[in-house]
Amino acid sequence: MADTQHLKYLVTQVRRDIVRQVHAVSSGHPGGSLGCTEFLVTLYNEVMDHDPSFQMDGVNEDLFFLSNGHISPVFYSVLARAGYFPVEELSTFRKLNTRLQGHPTTHEDLPGVRIASGSLGQGMSVAIGAAATKKLNGDDKMVYTLHGDGELQEGQIWEAAMYAAANKVDNLIATVDVNGQQIDGSTDQVLALGDLSNKFKAFGWDVVTIEKGNDVDAIIDGINDAKTLSGKEKPVCILLHTEMGNGVDFMMGSHAWHGIAPNDEQLADALSQNPETLGDY
Amino acid sequence: MKIYENTGNKDTRSGFGDGLTELGQTNKDVVALCADLTGSLKMNAFANNHPDRFFQVGIAEANMMGMAAGMTIGGKIPFTGTFANFSTGRVYDQIRQSIAYSDKNVKICASHSGLTLGEDGATHQILEDIGLMKMLPGMTVINTCDYNQTKAATLAIANLHGPVYLRFGRPKVANFTPENGTFEIGKAVLLQEGTDVTIVATGHLVWEALEAAKALNEKGISAEVINIHTIKPLDEEAIIKSVQKTGCIVTAEEHNYLGGLGESVARTLALHHPTAQEFVATNDTFGESGTPAQLLEKYGLNAENIALKAEKVIKRK
Repeated sequence: MADTQHLKYLVTQVRRDIVRQVHAVSSGHPGGSLGCTEFLVTLYNEVMDHDPSFQMDGVNEDLFFLSNGHISPVFYSVLARAGYFPVEELSTFRKLNTRLQGHPTTHEDLPGVRIASGSLGQGMSVAIGAAATKKLNGDDKMVYTLHGDGELQEGQIWEAAMYAAANKVDNLIATVDVNGQQIDGSTDQVLALGDLSNKFKAFGWDVVTIEKGNDVDAIIDGINDAKTLSGKEKPVCILLHTEMGNGVDFMMGSHAWHGIAPNDEQLADALSQNPETLGDY
Repeated sequence: MKIYENTGNKDTRSGFGDGLTELGQTNKDVVALCADLTGSLKMNAFANNHPDRFFQVGIAEANMMGMAAGMTIGGKIPFTGTFANFSTGRVYDQIRQSIAYSDKNVKICASHSGLTLGEDGATHQILEDIGLMKMLPGMTVINTCDYNQTKAATLAIANLHGPVYLRFGRPKVANFTPENGTFEIGKAVLLQEGTDVTIVATGHLVWEALEAAKALNEKGISAEVINIHTIKPLDEEAIIKSVQKTGCIVTAEEHNYLGGLGESVARTLALHHPTAQEFVATNDTFGESGTPAQLLEKYGLNAENIALKAEKVIKRK
């Protein structure tokens, strides 16, 4: 049984990191970051075999690619708290000369980042390439990705999805953050995604649905199911149903907090809902 | 005057294909990706020799560029192959973010560039690709002139760490550079020494520039001809040194004058040695259907027009 209490402490602390980062620069994307906090904390601390001393090539390590790069606040916090770089560096988020750019980049040599992302739809292709190289190298570790559901409106995702199934890329687990929200409104209002499970199945993928995508135990079970399905000549997709803004009550239930920062009062409110657990940066 | 012998017309794309075949044997890290144009890019031999290292991605160039970026993680050296239009314009953002900004060691190899693609017409004849690629920070941009040089360049770029755009073409053209010659990235090649005018050319127009120099010589005009195979980084020193002697310059390329070699040369000269310059390039236009020779004549991308521009620029000294 996993030490989920420690993961839950981490989740609370990462939520604090997220709202403090975006508050400090009055910009950034807290909604999707909070929605994916439990998933990324679990992935980096319970699932992946990875080395925070960080080598770009990641040989004999599990790899993760963040395709929806705008949720950089959660990515940076999780990386820092996993030991990739000092947590104090979170205070430089989005500031001039920072390694913690608005969207993740390799350009500033931030440990833990292997590809730039921000312009949506590209991460699945990159992950397929990395997965192909792993096979050529006889490296049996996994490649994970995370995508927004709105991001699936990009055509390149479906080019990649078609390729992965046709070429039996079975060392890839692609997770979609199904929060039903995007900048202009709900995904149904903007461009309805239809039946995602059947879409991925029709493309030749195995699909695991995690209904409680903000529940650490449910996430562990779901990823374990996905890992069981891997290595069987099909790529695996996790449909992770989350609540945008999870853990901060006034950020939940709408698309409003996709890309805006809390003011001083809202920050205090958000922090009061998430008491310090492992120490603020 | 130095005489260059055409050892027989050959297509530059075959130089790429043969270079890639050789790399397949000599460099186990080289992998190749193609978007349903294996025959056109002459990648069949590599695909047949190394099926495990060849990735047919289908008609999905965006995915191809992203995959190539990902394959570098773990040490592979990916060579992508498709037409120049689909290698650049169609996938600009993928190259920009996943390859250039991400500092990935991807070799973007583009055939059928420019007007000489011929009858397929303007949808396929990209004349903007040099500009698109040279504007990307960190991108090396190479446009080779013949079969031998394209083969040599293909071998050379495998040893350069960083993203490269290698541009070549479809038609069989004069093959005149040394067989198995060395290819120095970023180093201009002085083909003909002269004193009255400098002609710098890239790609298919290098041979035309040599022909123009012959015609000018018959008129008593001494033209210096420089092959600029690497447009970025540009060999500024070679260009400045030449115009210090000749006092004027013609640039020649199978590309729009906006964004091409000519603009890079003009910037260099404006900064270091202001010089009268004439451009042989397309004039902010799309191409059209026709044979390569007809198109080069109609759009003024041939020896005759290079010679005319040379005479014109000499008068502006």
